[in-house]
Amino acid sequence: MPGVNRTLSVDLGGLVLGTPVLVASGCGGSGRETAGLVDPKKVGGVVSRTITVEARKGSPTPRVAETPSAIVWDTGLQNPGIDAFVSEELPALSRGGPPLFVSIGGRSLEEYVRLTSALQGHPEVVAIEVHLSEPDDELGRPLIGGHVDRMTEIVGACARMSLVPVFAKLPWAPTQLAELATAAMRAGAHGVVVVDAPPALAIDAQRLKPALGAATGRLAGPAVKPLTLAAVHEVARALPDVPLVAVGGVRSGLDAVEMLLAGAWALQVGTATLVDPAAPVRVAQGIARYLKGKNLASPADIRARLRLPAGAGTPEVQV
Amino acid sequence: MKRARAEVLSTRKVGGFHSLTLVAPEIAERARPGQFLAVEMPDGRDFVLRRHVSIHQASRRGGWAGTLEFVVEPTGPGTTWLSAVKAHEFLDVIGPLGKGFAYPKKLTNCLLVAEGRSAAALYFLAQELLLRHKRVDMVIGGETLETVFKPIEAKRLSQTVAVMTADGTLGERGGLLDALPEVVERTKTEVVYAAGDAPTLQRVAAFCRTRNLPAQVMIEEPMACGFGLCYACVVPVARADGSGYDNLRACVDGPVFNPARVLWDVWRTEAATMMPTPPEGLPVVRTWPG
Repeated sequence: MPGVNRTLSVDLGGLVLGTPVLVASGCGGSGRETAGLVDPKKVGGVVSRTITVEARKGSPTPRVAETPSAIVWDTGLQNPGIDAFVSEELPALSRGGPPLFVSIGGRSLEEYVRLTSALQGHPEVVAIEVHLSEPDDELGRPLIGGHVDRMTEIVGACARMSLVPVFAKLPWAPTQLAELATAAMRAGAHGVVVVDAPPALAIDAQRLKPALGAATGRLAGPAVKPLTLAAVHEVARALPDVPLVAVGGVRSGLDAVEMLLAGAWALQVGTATLVDPAAPVRVAQGIARYLKGKNLASPADIRARLRLPAGAGTPEVQV
Repeated sequence: MKRARAEVLSTRKVGGFHSLTLVAPEIAERARPGQFLAVEMPDGRDFVLRRHVSIHQASRRGGWAGTLEFVVEPTGPGTTWLSAVKAHEFLDVIGPLGKGFAYPKKLTNCLLVAEGRSAAALYFLAQELLLRHKRVDMVIGGETLETVFKPIEAKRLSQTVAVMTADGTLGERGGLLDALPEVVERTKTEVVYAAGDAPTLQRVAAFCRTRNLPAQVMIEEPMACGFGLCYACVVPVARADGSGYDNLRACVDGPVFNPARVLWDVWRTEAATMMPTPPEGLPVVRTWPG
């Protein structure tokens, strides 16, 4: 097919990105750190670290431990709080940088409302990612986004208030992902991010202690890729028309292609960025090579094109 | 900060450590003592993060111009792999990273204090101080003879060297702190530079405080990225205006800090969860950089 007009651009239901590869929350710093190591114009987008209403000091150190093909981490959402973020970090993150998603997190409905409202009227913010993996202080539950009622309530409040698209980042709740994604979409979300990192524990046997200061953390890195693929597959089959951003375990262009095949519209690169600041660009180039090899025009052409064996399970949730 | 695919020029064993010399002119010419490198691990292994090593030597002139040297101790899978790297292999290196040591403007008598591999960064510092016509004295130590880093080199660079080992196999028997009062007295120390783990640095900081000595410490804190993205390597540092403290990243705001501003108790109390004394009968295992 000569003369095919090939592009890496993706359209997430009206939100157009130059490449389908974003930097995951917590791996983009405050926007200045990797100057000179990566060309920001070639990155599809950046998700800010998760911002809370009040400043947070974060977890005790150590905050990261290496395990086979992965890291266990917990930073305790260290951040300067929404006011300082808007006045100090937002200008640096957006200046000359790729499209900016701001991640917000809280422990009550009110916090999400205040965060969403503080982010309105800033044209540099192209979307809001709602982090829903904190404990729920109001209802005394361990995971604020782990229930359909709260997903509806919180994402609904953010979506009604926000002038920019709202993406719900699904918490690690296997078997409920399609249900939670459906609730988020019915409440008015623009899309979903699949899936927050699974909980993990690393132990230092010599000291009889957890390896992290915060005891338990979350798992990230190449080891979680198959988990993410299964989650993406589950949600994408239930909700094929919903913009879905995959996150977890992508390190190479082929990993990214696998995410797209499983049903992702775009994807985020996290741990790989900590090792190779140019990873988002390298991954996008890998997708481009794959498209060229298959003579396809855009990442959307491989979305959800996974060839399933006949009679493979049907989606559990229908919308 | 530059990223380079750097050829390993040579490797050698220094006591219990391995020293690697790289050809990385762009990094070498920018490097300052106290700064570090982030070295990528090979593909196809199950350890993924870069390893962070302080710069032992950066040559800008002479026959070694454009080379960098760093020292690793094989304590985990990554450092064991690095220790076995051979000449003419290539490493993906990002550096120089972090804020290095500042040189004193008026004061002249500098005392450099470190234990084991941590001392590597101070030899680079000693050279730079000598170029600025400062007096350099050193206190170095280790568990045993093998882990005292380059005692002969230390002698060459400084007016006097005190060597302390826990088992007395080299120099005096004892820890670094046992030597400090006498050395500070004898050399009329005006500034202290130290490198090492948090417990050692906390003791050096407390000593400097009682003697009213200005000091700078290079903190070796476990890192994930090394260039400020992940907020894994934070150190609680008091704000200049006295209104509380901030968790600053050792990789971009350090690794060199003013020890008088570090909230050692906050840090070490929290750190106690991570580095408690091993229970009776279990050996102390060093885990960083692993």
